Amino acid sequence: MNARREQLRAIGVEQIGPYALLRLERGELDPGVPGQFFMLEAPGRVLPRPMSLCRAPHGELQFLIDPIGPGTRALCSLAPRDAIHVLGPLGNGFDLNVRRPLLVAGGIGIAPMPYLDEALGGASAILGFRSDHHAAVAELLPGASVVVEPRFVTELLPDDPGDVLACGPEPMLEAVRARVPTAQLAWEAPMACGYGACYGCVVERDGRYMRLCVEGPVLQDAA
Amino acid sequence: MIPPILNASGCLDALTAPSVVERLDAFVTKTVTPLPREGNPPPRIAETESGMLNSIGLQNPGIDAFVSDNLPRLATLGVPVWVSIGGFSANDYALLCARLDDCADVTTIELNLSCPNVEEAPETAAELVAAARGATGKPLYAKLSPATWDVAESARAVAAEGADGLSLVNTIRGLGFEHTRRQPVLARGAGGYSGPALRPIALACVYACAEAVELPIVGMGGIASGRDVEDFLSAGASSVALGTILFSDPWAPDRLRSELEAAGAPRAEDVAGQVPESVV
Repeated sequence: MNARREQLRAIGVEQIGPYALLRLERGELDPGVPGQFFMLEAPGRVLPRPMSLCRAPHGELQFLIDPIGPGTRALCSLAPRDAIHVLGPLGNGFDLNVRRPLLVAGGIGIAPMPYLDEALGGASAILGFRSDHHAAVAELLPGASVVVEPRFVTELLPDDPGDVLACGPEPMLEAVRARVPTAQLAWEAPMACGYGACYGCVVERDGRYMRLCVEGPVLQDAA
Repeated sequence: MIPPILNASGCLDALTAPSVVERLDAFVTKTVTPLPREGNPPPRIAETESGMLNSIGLQNPGIDAFVSDNLPRLATLGVPVWVSIGGFSANDYALLCARLDDCADVTTIELNLSCPNVEEAPETAAELVAAARGATGKPLYAKLSPATWDVAESARAVAAEGADGLSLVNTIRGLGFEHTRRQPVLARGAGGYSGPALRPIALACVYACAEAVELPIVGMGGIASGRDVEDFLSAGASSVALGTILFSDPWAPDRLRSELEAAGAPRAEDVAGQVPESVV
């Protein structure tokens, strides 16, 4: 494990639609590769929460959080100067060696896309959301094509989509994989540790369980 | 005194996190079974207000692959290796101990007699220890469940069959519900409960067993601070193991030593004779 663990201070939390953008001082942590993640101490909870990096402006690490449970709500309630322990970067991020990148994201799956877009020097993007309220977060990726349910991101996938890099709910990722078998897909699973210790975050691939934290979270089927 | 600090079995993978293992006085493997196991379907973990539930299901490569592939790599880490073993009959335990008996890199064998997430062997803990004892001369630590009305009786029984020490305690069975679906949150239903909520239960077990038998005890169950370590020592443990805390703080072994040192505890090597050699 090459990750570092440090106590980082919050700069602030910005509301974007139903989501929150948590801004932390970067400390000595390496922002890593887009698609990698960090374990964020959730105040008052037993386990930290895995979050992929959303943006990495100078001196900061920014995480987009959907406050769906006690841990994510605690993170969204951090006040400026509150400090939390952060471990990372962890896992395998996106392979940036792509010729024609197309970013595809659904809902909170937009989280790693702004940092990925920046690392790629700008890329086309298709975003899907369940409501206009959720779609407000598309502002983090100016110029992206946006669909709102009942329309799905797969409707906007061109016949020759190029190199697809996707993150979103499992049904969306499965639909993207069905259309583009070589797509790089960033998956999600509950995690306790984030560094391969607990065996809690397994997903089944080809009849065996793999730990998403060390073998993923970005997975790609053989081309 | 700063006691030896180990990890609890199943809570650390030495090969993905060697830098954590280097901070331990001994490394305890995930439980190894006779045959490879894929483990239980996800979701496998869930947090509660004061602990976590897990149902991993003893995912492991099986004893053959463990001995040929994993053990040589573990031996290079420079930390004593305890191998946790589990089976589904007394024969399984005997077979596993026989395989490990001539492995020089194995310091101690911990008998997982109490995994809450798989079918258990029908024999009693004492019968399983007897089977293991007949197959190896290596130090044997019996890991007991807290879910028994008289753990001291179990301790006396395994001591009588030749256990060299006790690992106290394993997780206790628990269940959590996913509210919207009204289904158990773990795919397999109940799981093993660990973390802060387990600590008083574990302390009670250590305290009772330390009264009942002369064996050295590795205390574990929700340890998260130097103060927790002191409590386990007060209850009768001679070493401690960290589990759930490693998930949120991989460097907890160093932190706990610092906290103990700040509280005035001398290091174990400065208190000769206090720790049995079989521990590390």
